[in-house]
Amino acid sequence: MNGAAAILKALEMQGVDTIFGHPGGTIMPTYDALYDSPIRHILVRHEQAGVHAATAYARASGRVGVCMATSGPGALNLVTGLQDALMDSTPVVALTGNVPQHLIGTDAFQEADVVGITQPVTKHNFQVRNVNDIPRVIAEAFYIASTGRPGPVLIDFPKDVQQAEFTGSFDVEIDLPGYKPTYKGHPRQIERALEALQKAEKPVLMVGGGALNAAPEIVALAEKTGIPVIPTLMGLGVFPGTHPQCLGMPGMHGSVAANRAIHHADTILAIGLRFDDRVTGKVSRFAPHAHTIIHVDIDPAEIGKLVKTTIPVVGDAKWVAAELVKGAQKLNLSKWWAQLEDWKTKHPFAWKPKPHLQSQEVIQAFWEATQGKAVVTSGVGQHQMFAAQFYKFDAPRSWINSGGLGTMGVGLPFAIGAALARPGELVIDFDGDGSFQMTLQELATLKKHNLNVKIVILNNGFLGMVRQWQDLFHAKRYSEVYLADSNPDFAKLAEAYGIRGITLTDKAKLHETVKEVLAHPGPVLLEARVYHEEGVFPMIPSGGAAEDMIIENPRETVAGD
Amino acid sequence: MRHLVSVLVQDNPGVLQRIAGLIARRGFNIESLAVGRTHQPGLSRISLVVSGDDAVLEQVEKQLNRLIEVIKVTDHSEPHVERELALVKVSIAGMEERLEVKDIAEAFRARIVDVAKKSIIFELTGDSTKVNNFVEAMRPYGLLEVMRTGAVGMSRGEQVLKVREKKAV
Repeated sequence: MNGAAAILKALEMQGVDTIFGHPGGTIMPTYDALYDSPIRHILVRHEQAGVHAATAYARASGRVGVCMATSGPGALNLVTGLQDALMDSTPVVALTGNVPQHLIGTDAFQEADVVGITQPVTKHNFQVRNVNDIPRVIAEAFYIASTGRPGPVLIDFPKDVQQAEFTGSFDVEIDLPGYKPTYKGHPRQIERALEALQKAEKPVLMVGGGALNAAPEIVALAEKTGIPVIPTLMGLGVFPGTHPQCLGMPGMHGSVAANRAIHHADTILAIGLRFDDRVTGKVSRFAPHAHTIIHVDIDPAEIGKLVKTTIPVVGDAKWVAAELVKGAQKLNLSKWWAQLEDWKTKHPFAWKPKPHLQSQEVIQAFWEATQGKAVVTSGVGQHQMFAAQFYKFDAPRSWINSGGLGTMGVGLPFAIGAALARPGELVIDFDGDGSFQMTLQELATLKKHNLNVKIVILNNGFLGMVRQWQDLFHAKRYSEVYLADSNPDFAKLAEAYGIRGITLTDKAKLHETVKEVLAHPGPVLLEARVYHEEGVFPMIPSGGAAEDMIIENPRETVAGD
Repeated sequence: MRHLVSVLVQDNPGVLQRIAGLIARRGFNIESLAVGRTHQPGLSRISLVVSGDDAVLEQVEKQLNRLIEVIKVTDHSEPHVERELALVKVSIAGMEERLEVKDIAEAFRARIVDVAKKSIIFELTGDSTKVNNFVEAMRPYGLLEVMRTGAVGMSRGEQVLKVREKKAV
């Protein structure tokens, strides 16, 4: 057996069934071995899509996503996706080929310092220099990717290592003396957290993407105590969006109720989130009345990094939440809830009806038609925020988007990865005309595997989010955001790839079109031509605080629309 | 505030690059960095001097701890020994100066490691202040070259930096 065959056998032993990748010169021995392997390979049209698809595969399934690329340009095309997975703590293992060891450092054809370049964008990376190290390194990579705070790990295989005769053992022991994640939260800190909650008059429970596996415990904790819950953008679905105790997401485009609740809260219990600046706004003005902030995170470096923590709990969200449920008691929060209900009722996510089709109503229509029973992905931009606001996520792992890095173009590859991870389920990609065009070549991958993915392009003819900022903060100087004069006919584009394409312009036909899209077996691309001047509101301007929240579009208010 | 931090690491290829890269990327101000092997095979020890308040120091330690190859991180706030090695080449105009310079060196317990017609190289060990003072004392005579290693440090007494025992998770 050569190194390449050993790589595939070691992957099989890790339970890998799917690899997203693109072949090339230095990874060819492994592609050759793949020919005889039971592992399914999904040929993407660009390596970036491969790592994004692996990311979505991991998020949708809870398992490790795997992608593969050749050296140099192939490997470098993974960089964006690796950083995306790093920022959103996703377990991904990326395998790259490299030039043979005797050529490393000589500027050989398709050579790049992949290990050096990917250090900042991975949780850890390896270069295998001895063929017999393959099983151990692969085992360590999967262990590192999937334990503690999950993240991407890259393994670089020089071509000669893939070609060398393997004489080692697959029975390996993981020995990482510097890597010992703490799962069990400190009992005294948990006790202190419970005491603080008991005294709280205006508590909120914030949950993030780190609490994905703790969803049942989070629901139990919320219901036992009666505390309002605020899932972050990455935490949507951790707590059901339709639950009466859910206040919606916080932050820049969060709900009025969530942002005001945080602003007025006396106690914040934060589980599995990292206080991103899109959530906190100006940190010095974040939660000014909270005398107690309890922060539960498995990564000690996140605690106290941005927001001063009163009670730190280092541990696994599921484990700590379960302990909190055991000790929690019902709180008397009737006064607090009266206030919260008032905010919720007066300021739900809403839009002003117009004669034109609007993004928000398209998303709402899909939510109503699917009853929330779909895995939803999105690109990055206004459509992403509208999807987060108007599609109600009731189950964890049903919302896959790029939160931390804000990577345009992830929508379609995310949808492909999610569809392969969850066969038989409906996947909807809400995308923007700008975002979609960054990875549209993956229509070919979608066609090849005939996946049940419904792409909904909310085409407003602009880079909408940039345009919104230019509108509000750059005196309407719309520099380089206009797309409509050169956008393709998206439905025809889909048809060119052999995928059903539909164009919707007439507001009156919205519901029947949604039905048609959902009824069609296999992939569909729906281009919805939506109102082009829409803004995402509420909005807290960058660097502002909850008090600076702009609830409605000021332009429209002024115009008396 | 100046802090001396010791880091015990697995001496895999590229580990120094990871540590230096992390420090730079996270925007921490690093004053010096020194690395060497330990008595245990496979383990190296890094001493780094950072400046910043307690919050900065806490983040430096936490971020270093996130690296897979970092085994242990300690801030030497407790009584510790700290040393830096310096090689200082001083220009000498005449016999009188030569004697003066030798006297100063003796006071600092600096050793002469090279003597030439118009220059002397001194070797000096000590904490950063001692090295600074020596350099300043030599400046009037004409500094030709100063080469300093980063500071290295070790806690006094029985406290040691070691690999944690394996614990069940």
